[in-house]
Amino acid sequence: MSNDNLIIAGKSYNSRLLVGTGKYKDFAETKAAIEASGAEIITIAIRRSNIGQNPNEPSLLEILPPSKYTLLPNTAGCYSADDAVRTLRLARELLDGHSLVKLEVLGDPQSLYPNVVETLAAAKTLVAEGFQVMVYTSDDPIIAKQLEDIGCVAIMPLASLIGSGMGILNPWNLQLIMERVQVPVIVDAGVGTASDAAIAMELGCHGVLMNTAIAAAKNPVLMAQAMKKAVEAGREAFLSGRMPKKLYSATPSSPTNGLIGKP
Amino acid sequence: MISVSINGEARHFDMPISVATLLEQMQLGGKRIALERNGEIVPRGQFTQQMLSDGDKLEIVVAVGGG
Repeated sequence: MSNDNLIIAGKSYNSRLLVGTGKYKDFAETKAAIEASGAEIITIAIRRSNIGQNPNEPSLLEILPPSKYTLLPNTAGCYSADDAVRTLRLARELLDGHSLVKLEVLGDPQSLYPNVVETLAAAKTLVAEGFQVMVYTSDDPIIAKQLEDIGCVAIMPLASLIGSGMGILNPWNLQLIMERVQVPVIVDAGVGTASDAAIAMELGCHGVLMNTAIAAAKNPVLMAQAMKKAVEAGREAFLSGRMPKKLYSATPSSPTNGLIGKP
Repeated sequence: MISVSINGEARHFDMPISVATLLEQMQLGGKRIALERNGEIVPRGQFTQQMLSDGDKLEIVVAVGGG
């Protein structure tokens, strides 16, 4: 497929699979899985530097250099708009002025369900400060539209809860969102296996973002490859325009004439 | 003596030091970090000029794996 790139904030990407970099057993596994996924946009988290940590340890940015990947700093773990905004200001400084970010403001630590009130507030501030905000949110089409109106560059609804692997629980809401917003809609959270990613893409989502589905697989590198294929297959199926579903068909695939034994 | 909170931990210094000196002491000199002082970003270019004051709250962050 040529000329079917994902465009986010005016920049073009070949891969519609976005991946996280958390939960891997070591940097070698992180690197191998991300390479196998073919992803160009990868999320990272911002955390306090560990006082007393080994100063000779390689850093994540040495393993996954900004020259090779579009790094998407996130606000995972933030429960208020204020913390999320501060985290992303630090991220922009850390990444030399890089403005593309993933905003997520969580509502409770058990479900990790997004707090959309705080998310809307943070999005307003960040857009006003010149950030290009890809926003994790619930699958509420009204909130999705409000986030677009604020100026977010991608809407990233959950398919099911973060880390749950439950798959696409409400395809109808994803469709409602896609009918209402012009910016890319990227399923973020809930994908458990390759078919989930394919379903998201077949629905017409512009991309899929995942972390745990790859990192928590027994063989993360193999799952990363599977996800790459699933996203590509789902996209091509969407573009090809599937046949309509019907309970039964009066037209078999093989010719109805020329059968032997007829008079 | 000045007391400064660094990533939530209290640290004490006999005399005021610059942000750059602090980072050297923490073996973070030249590392890719970002620093917030009392809620405001301190650009990398100001590390040598900015002197720590008593009661400062610093946050020093790095990039780590995350989803």
